Amino acid sequence: MTPWTFMVTHRAEIWSAMLDHIALVLIAMSIAIVIAVPLGMVIVQRPALRTFALGLASVFQTIPSLALFGFLIPIPFIGGIGPRTAIVALVLYALLPILRNTYVGLTGIDPAVLEAAEAMGMTNAQILTRVRLPLALGIILAGIRTATVITIGVATIAAAIGAGGLGTFIFRGVAMVSDAVILAGAIPAALLAILADVLLALVERRLRVQ
Amino acid sequence: MLYDRPPMRPVNRTPRTPGNEAPISSATADPIIEFQSVTYSVKGRTTPLISELSLRVNSRETLVLLGRSGSGKTTLLRLINRMLVPSSGAVVVEGKSTVDWDAIRLRRHIGYVIQEAGLFPHFTVAENVGLVPKLEKWDAARIAERTNELLRIVGLDPKEFAGRRPAQLSGGQRQRVGVARALGADPSILLMDEPFGALDPVTRSELQREFSALAQRLGKTIVFVTHDLREALLLASRIVLLQNGRIVASAKPQEFLRIDHPEVKAFSASLHTVPGEMA
Repeated sequence: MTPWTFMVTHRAEIWSAMLDHIALVLIAMSIAIVIAVPLGMVIVQRPALRTFALGLASVFQTIPSLALFGFLIPIPFIGGIGPRTAIVALVLYALLPILRNTYVGLTGIDPAVLEAAEAMGMTNAQILTRVRLPLALGIILAGIRTATVITIGVATIAAAIGAGGLGTFIFRGVAMVSDAVILAGAIPAALLAILADVLLALVERRLRVQ
Repeated sequence: MLYDRPPMRPVNRTPRTPGNEAPISSATADPIIEFQSVTYSVKGRTTPLISELSLRVNSRETLVLLGRSGSGKTTLLRLINRMLVPSSGAVVVEGKSTVDWDAIRLRRHIGYVIQEAGLFPHFTVAENVGLVPKLEKWDAARIAERTNELLRIVGLDPKEFAGRRPAQLSGGQRQRVGVARALGADPSILLMDEPFGALDPVTRSELQREFSALAQRLGKTIVFVTHDLREALLLASRIVLLQNGRIVASAKPQEFLRIDHPEVKAFSASLHTVPGEMA
């Protein structure tokens, strides 16, 4: 059986796994953005919290993904088998690139611009919303883009804890020693990652201030 | 003469030494900014950046603060619009100590121009110039009118430049926009921190001459920081020389070079240095 014939005969199943996969990524990314972008704004002013938050987010990144999924299973409320645990793990992975880029974007602004903003009589809130955030947007988006591509890849491993998605085919293929089945999961996941990367690159280019 | 009116609040004044208090020449002089024995120090530094400094800035004069790097001139400027607050003493702006002013109100009331202009790269030229009026919630038509007027004042054609981004301007044009932005809400005080310092010599001298004429026409109180004596002589109605956070000399431009003080001599030496003499 060639990979192509397998994909054609199982197209409905692959399609539904892909939708599950996209849902996992979208939910995880939404949560990660809602946590990491505001946290990035907060740590600009707080060096102690900054070291802690960036350090913790880095630690999550160093845990091998399969191990992280395994660690989460026994934890009450967030653990167990299924998509919920997978989303928690994916969020933890996505935090670092978004958090770090938000921080770098907000702090990497020309000091003369910030000095002018302050001297013009802008309030701190106005400086954040009208100067810092618009100027940092391109870099924050670059972080979101990196995180999205990582999450699409890591989400394939979520199948190991019963979260569904394209990883289902990869694990099944490994068990069956069938390249065709592995590729039926791997190729759509790769295409998804490339597509997300290209789309977000376009948005990023539009928003970046030169 | 110096204290023809009582100070706004009791302050501990240091004994007046020549040069510690700027002489006031005109009988109509009316202080709009007054430093009352101001000391400004920061943690971790044994010597204060500004030491018990007293100075009156009169309405409509162009006061140039001259000094080497680290002499405290930028610090002095930032004390005026409450970007910094004195460690002791008071800075009085229009009769009210800066600590009694609402910082935001005070700053919108004072124009500020810095080196490299510090324009907002994501705003158009018009949006940069109209920033303070917009913060002050002027209506759009009035902002547009004001923006065009200001661009013309600084020698930029609104039709050509209003829609551009700072990145599409030359250094000199950016600095002109910086001046226009500072004048946005028609402040009576203009603070300028080496505004022409980063320009090439030809553009710099062009802008200096234009600004000199503009300053006379506008009738604003201008406090101008520079380390360039030539610029000070060209623009100032009074030059105040700073050294280590203290005033060491204060005079009208035409009298400045005659002052017998080592720091004045050091600065005038810089003026007369031509390449042939360097060796």
